[in-house]
Amino acid sequence: MHAAASAHIDYLLHLADNAVVLGQRNAEWCGHGPILEEDIAMSNISLDLVGQARLLYQHVAALKNDGSTEDSLAYFRHAGEFRNYTLLELPHHQALVGYAVDNRDYAVTIVRNFLYSALMALLWEQLQQSTDAQLAAIAAKSLKEVRYHLRHSHDWLVRFGDGTDESHQRAQAALNQLMPYTQEFWTVSAFETQAAKDGVGVDVTGLRNDWHTLVQNALAQATLQMPSSDGFVTTGKHGVHSEHLSFLLDEMQSLARAHPEGVW
Amino acid sequence: MSKTTTTTKALSEWPLWEVFIRSKQGLEHKHCGSLHASDAQHALQMARDVYTRRQEGVSIWVVPSHTITASAPDDKAELFDPAGDKIYRHPTFYAIPDEVGHM
Repeated sequence: MHAAASAHIDYLLHLADNAVVLGQRNAEWCGHGPILEEDIAMSNISLDLVGQARLLYQHVAALKNDGSTEDSLAYFRHAGEFRNYTLLELPHHQALVGYAVDNRDYAVTIVRNFLYSALMALLWEQLQQSTDAQLAAIAAKSLKEVRYHLRHSHDWLVRFGDGTDESHQRAQAALNQLMPYTQEFWTVSAFETQAAKDGVGVDVTGLRNDWHTLVQNALAQATLQMPSSDGFVTTGKHGVHSEHLSFLLDEMQSLARAHPEGVW
Repeated sequence: MSKTTTTTKALSEWPLWEVFIRSKQGLEHKHCGSLHASDAQHALQMARDVYTRRQEGVSIWVVPSHTITASAPDDKAELFDPAGDKIYRHPTFYAIPDEVGHM
């Protein structure tokens, strides 16, 4: 495939995989949310993300024109083919705790949604000017959704940070744990560089200052400290993931793989 | 819902709010339910998530439940029954001129 066409598809898959992986991860709270109203709110957010992924996968399938479908792209690619940020596949746990369901921490969920939504609010806004008209239309729709996700996670971040001693401590711990993963946002990959050059994508490094300001203002409001974000740079968008993605995909893909031709 | 202590704590510590939604066609906000939330903004956000998921509304009001003064069910007889036999208060005894058409 031509380099530009291949980068175009990889770029769309990167956006789609981000959305589907976080949507699937957040859906784990469905039926287990801290309170009924929040349970519904988080499920709404998951459905928004899965909806974004569907539009992007459908677009990729049309561009590839090789028999791919939104389902084949979501259910029949393995972990190494997924191009999502590693941040989005991590479980809802603080670092160094067990992986029992009871160890899930809503502060991790909220902090992750906040860090990602802050990026996507900036990125979708720019992508409305994409030379790919279909992507520009998806961006316009997704922008409205992500602005709400950002508001939702921002509000909870402030409540946690400026809440009780325990909620403050948990929010700070989640930030300290997750912030290093945001380095991956700013390390450019070949497909992103090519997509930006072709006008399909956006040079994400250009969003870094705005993102930082947005995060910094929220943390100040939440009385939380900006943690350091150095250390190991994850490589999810290059297809090299943490051990958590395979388990997530295993659950998400199992039904479609057990009944490959199954339809609703 | 998970049976953690936070569940009961949230429900006992967060005040109750009454939610009113105005639909696209509707002129007035209608009561549609209630929810627990820590403050007014929080209640608005939750009302959006719980009560407008199916395009039910274009505007939301939330009101602290404790600010509503309600009539006592025990007073039903003296408050409402006396109106029961005053059918002349309905304008059904007027002949409507043809020019008015459907009313």
